Amino acid sequence: MSKTLFDKIYDSHVVNSTEGVDVLYIDQHFIHEVTSPQAFDGLARRGIDVFRPTKTLATPDHNVPTINQHLPIDEPLSRAQVEKLYANCQEYGVPIYKLGDDRHGIVHIVGPENGITKPGMTIVCGDSHTSTHGAFGSIAFGIGTSQVEQVLGTQCLIMNRPKTMRITVDGKLSKGVYSKDIILYIISKLTAAGGTGYFVEYAGSAIRGLSMEARMTICNMSIEMGARGGMIAPDETTYEYLKGRTFAPQGEEWDRAMSYWKTLHSDVGASFEREESFDAAEITPMVTYGTNPGMGIGVQDSIPSTNGVATVEKSLRYMDLQEGESLHGKEIQNVFIGSCTNGRIEDLRLVADYVKGKQKAPHVKVMVIPGSKQVERQAIDEGLDKIFATAGFQLREPGCSACLGMNEDKVPRGEYCISTSNRNFEGRQGPGARTILASPMMAAAAAIAGKVVDVRELL
Amino acid sequence: MEKFTTVTSTAVPLPIEEVDTDQIIPARFLKALTREGFGDNLFRDWRYDAQDQPITDFVLNNPTYSGSILVAGNNFGCGSSREHAAWAIGDYGFRVVVSSFFADIFKGNALNNGILPVQVTPDELVSIFAAIERDASTAFTIDLEQQTFVIEATGAEFSFEIGSYKKMCLINGYDDIDFLLSNRAKIEAFETTQVRF
Repeated sequence: MSKTLFDKIYDSHVVNSTEGVDVLYIDQHFIHEVTSPQAFDGLARRGIDVFRPTKTLATPDHNVPTINQHLPIDEPLSRAQVEKLYANCQEYGVPIYKLGDDRHGIVHIVGPENGITKPGMTIVCGDSHTSTHGAFGSIAFGIGTSQVEQVLGTQCLIMNRPKTMRITVDGKLSKGVYSKDIILYIISKLTAAGGTGYFVEYAGSAIRGLSMEARMTICNMSIEMGARGGMIAPDETTYEYLKGRTFAPQGEEWDRAMSYWKTLHSDVGASFEREESFDAAEITPMVTYGTNPGMGIGVQDSIPSTNGVATVEKSLRYMDLQEGESLHGKEIQNVFIGSCTNGRIEDLRLVADYVKGKQKAPHVKVMVIPGSKQVERQAIDEGLDKIFATAGFQLREPGCSACLGMNEDKVPRGEYCISTSNRNFEGRQGPGARTILASPMMAAAAAIAGKVVDVRELL
Repeated sequence: MEKFTTVTSTAVPLPIEEVDTDQIIPARFLKALTREGFGDNLFRDWRYDAQDQPITDFVLNNPTYSGSILVAGNNFGCGSSREHAAWAIGDYGFRVVVSSFFADIFKGNALNNGILPVQVTPDELVSIFAAIERDASTAFTIDLEQQTFVIEATGAEFSFEIGSYKKMCLINGYDDIDFLLSNRAKIEAFETTQVRF
């Protein structure tokens, strides 16, 4: 019988089906300092141990400072969370990449770059952007803290099988259009709730043509249309990326892995509960104008009418924007380049390549946050740090940073920030902050111009 | 986990759509190490201004409305997986959230904390908001066993869906980990059959 990629992986991980739910085995669990302390606490109260400690990997990312990471953390609550994570990992024997470790970084950057994330796996983390790992052809999704406790205690989760949706993007991308634009475009068409209840497989020639890093950007934002996760079938691009990474299989084991990985695709005739398709040629550089990621438009387009919908009017009031207005030419005060969506080396290279020899606009503050120590080191080895310094961009240390405004990296009240992150919710980047989501290239160009520009006019 | 059978209460209306978990509990309040105390910061930036003064026209600051039922617009709980959102709602005193649509992760988190997400149709949601607007002292009864939502003033009754497993958990106060631990032998047996790369 024809099966989807999702079904193949899901079915091979079901331990037991009973009471209308499935017990799903989890191959890899990632944890961080913010959503795990209460889970460890729960284990202690029940008097149970971590069942398979080496199938979990910890790294602090959400709440860490992005300067002076070699020093003790100043902020007491942040320090307490990070220290609690260290203590829990020590007590239960869970591997951890601490601050200062050259493998430290944002959890969704660390997994792939070390070859921990591989095709055919089930992967979870107490973070909704866990869907990033689906770019390797794995089932990866975000969970709550009660579920973190379940995985720590039993290496399993109770699941209701999600529905499947295939999103096909065929055709050729225009110049100045990147994977971030593809996913912002898809979300703008399907809405912020459009994928709820579904697990998405991305397919089509435009997806196939993307690098692994670009694919991760797409899968990362699946949650922004409400989908549980997103995945892309592995292919030569995937194998090429994985080969030689620390935790990738070696020698004969690689060959055995490859023969399994090559079975990981949706069969011809496999049926999805829903199919959507888009033409890559229709996609232009995207920006968001509202307070959810579904409120996106092409940079030259006008903000659609609110049609009197109170929630939309509230959103535009928050953003201090009007229906009918275009964001093209809108002055911005902040630029944030980083996050699990766009904090990888290709993103930084793209930005550096454009800003080389240029200067940021005087009134703009630009933060570049590498996704991990490895990305940071690579950026320095390639001399990108010098390009950023000359341009007036501040290259900091890895972490989630101003993507969620949990540490001190925040956008001031009332100011606009063009951001390569994943969410433009009210207050997401700091109380009163106004976020415009866009690609790294759009962010770089806005930093130089001091306003939102159309990168197609510059390339 | 506290058992859930029936709830009869007045309701607090929040007729806003796409309420994301960053609104329910902003990230800067996620720095606690325990599950308690998040209710004080529920809807923090809608509830208090930049000087930490209550914003009087926000519904939680309006003494007219109270109760253990929150009624909200479409796609409630979208965004981050932070269970702190469910903890904040529970800690504030809500046992039920009613909406025409819930984001998946929030729904799961709510159920894991003894909070019942009741999904009604868009038309039913409109009639619930209207009933509260007509009379804020209107009571509603949610009966989990019967899977019904009743507007006491009019007698209007709506049914809602919930999976049999989660219904059993809520009624008995069980949580998933109890169930998973009872599967331990099966999990260990499963592991021996697996080849992973």
